[in-house]
Amino acid sequence: MIELVSEERCTGCNICVAICPTNVFDAVPASIPTIARQSDCQTCFMCEAYCPEDALYVAPDADETVAVDEPRLVARDLLGSYRSALGWTKTGRPRALSDAMHKLVKSF
Amino acid sequence: MAQDTGRSSPSAAVELDADVLVLGGGPAGAWAAVAAARAGATVVLADKGFCGTSGATAPSGTSVWYVPPDETRRRAAIESRRALGGHLADDRWSRRVLDATFDGMNELAERGYPFPRDEETGSSIRVSLQGPEYMRLMRKLAKSAGVRILDHSPALELLVGPDGAAAGARGVRRQKGDDWTVRAGAVVIATGGCAFLSRALGTNVLTGDGHLMAAEIGAEFSGMEFSNAYGLSPAFSSVTKSAFYKWATFTDEAGDAIPGAASQGGRSVIARALEKGPVFGRLDKADESIRRAMRASQPNFFLPFDRRGLDPFNDRFAITLRLEGTVRGTGGLRIVDDSCATTVPGLYAAGDAATRELICGGFTGGGSHNAAWAISSGRWAGAGAAEFSRGRARAGDLQAAGGAALADGGGAAFDPAAAIHAVQAQTFSFQTNYFRHPDRLTLALERLDEQWRTMRRGVPASREDVVRAREAAAMTAVARWMYRSGLARDETRGMHRREDRPGTDESLRRHLFTSGLDEVQTRFGGALAQTEEVAA
Repeated sequence: MIELVSEERCTGCNICVAICPTNVFDAVPASIPTIARQSDCQTCFMCEAYCPEDALYVAPDADETVAVDEPRLVARDLLGSYRSALGWTKTGRPRALSDAMHKLVKSF
Repeated sequence: MAQDTGRSSPSAAVELDADVLVLGGGPAGAWAAVAAARAGATVVLADKGFCGTSGATAPSGTSVWYVPPDETRRRAAIESRRALGGHLADDRWSRRVLDATFDGMNELAERGYPFPRDEETGSSIRVSLQGPEYMRLMRKLAKSAGVRILDHSPALELLVGPDGAAAGARGVRRQKGDDWTVRAGAVVIATGGCAFLSRALGTNVLTGDGHLMAAEIGAEFSGMEFSNAYGLSPAFSSVTKSAFYKWATFTDEAGDAIPGAASQGGRSVIARALEKGPVFGRLDKADESIRRAMRASQPNFFLPFDRRGLDPFNDRFAITLRLEGTVRGTGGLRIVDDSCATTVPGLYAAGDAATRELICGGFTGGGSHNAAWAISSGRWAGAGAAEFSRGRARAGDLQAAGGAALADGGGAAFDPAAAIHAVQAQTFSFQTNYFRHPDRLTLALERLDEQWRTMRRGVPASREDVVRAREAAAMTAVARWMYRSGLARDETRGMHRREDRPGTDESLRRHLFTSGLDEVQTRFGGALAQTEEVAA
């Protein structure tokens, strides 16, 4: 579930509020969004993919909340790791270009 | 919300007129909206969440049933699933879908989808789609086709015209705190299947809302007994990617291999083992080249492992089965013609909301048919709705058709969260849903019927809860259709397994139709035509 909106990184663009399919975030005037309905998070990681500042962290735990420590996440290179894997960064190459499902499909 | 059933359509903060209203903004809805707009219709697409991230496709990756028009290959593609699906698929529909999918995928390439290229020949490979990339593009295509998109706008109920035909819908804009109403010449239901808020990847927007709304204006369903798909995921995680567990070894707590346990052809063994205790997986059968291909293709699959510090190829991790219901099951709104019309005039269905039996019968092995069906049925439903709308007079008062949890029948207020929990207890259960037996189905139905009666009489305590309450009502309705169908199909076929009837009954090689809310009816359709194979 979503566990972090980094105060340090977030610019308050509210893209996450707009794109979260389960409406987990609330926009806050003149501030950064809050995680208003954490239990509605479906752990789909889409907010991370769309966050231009790599300010969000979705823990892999789908059914319960876990404590996270921002400096540790940064040290482990986890903030923005999904966006980077999709190639959705400015200098990234779309992941779809290296999609190798055809090699796996043959094996299915 | 104390209003009578058969209410006139109320005024709303956003009131729009359109030729076609599409409910749901996953792939099927987006393709439907684009097709309707290209046919000259004005189109509104309302999504519960955000068109581009909503639904089971956006956060995942999927193979696609993309087969070049080569007779031998196409015939093989159709044959490969025939027995799995319990011989309920239709060859003519399969051929139509293969044609439309081939066309749709090629169009995606033209519109800029970054398909990979063969390393040796340089030719474009179009057999899979990355969900985030695909759905971002579909939103763009819908917008550039002139579709008006309403995000975060769950529909609550359909509107019907004096002729009984679908004529729009109304709902709420949950981030604005107000209402919307769209009057339309035709409606496409593309709200996905129902996975009962199981947190299988991307499915928590898929609560059967469109099924409920369609049933409220008399629509019929087909194949609702094929509704017990469960997907493999790490126990802690949402990432259901059953296909990759083809390379897994499954073990019990002591570390001993579980005989017969497998992702394909042995998933029921895993379910049985999970009833006794934890089950562990390790993808140790994947060789180095498979491992590389997996990581290149499905970054989301590795997120949970990487973040937990696990190596899925070498470490054992607890696994679970999450219910995917009719998202991966094949039941849904019954389709009556080539334009994906339902049994109600002006109402069309596409994607997982529509029955996928026409190409899969009673079983879907992987996502490729689902993706193909979304593209194909979406295009047909959108074009069909545009055509219907063109020939239709727009006059007369529209009636709002919603009942359960909307119309106060004088009963006690109910708590949507408790109702959802109660439905989940009846649908997640392997003993009730995976391994079906008439005694257990009957017991579950007694509870679900009682819950339905509560929802018919009462409304949620808080108006804030109306969307959740309708979701709870939709899930309750879907579960009742599933289990009434499960009782009626007195055999084992496709994914529907009846413990008391382990064999297949050739006289039941028919589609099973379900309808009704307060009283659920089931009936078998006519005997299916011979397949090409048999006829040839």
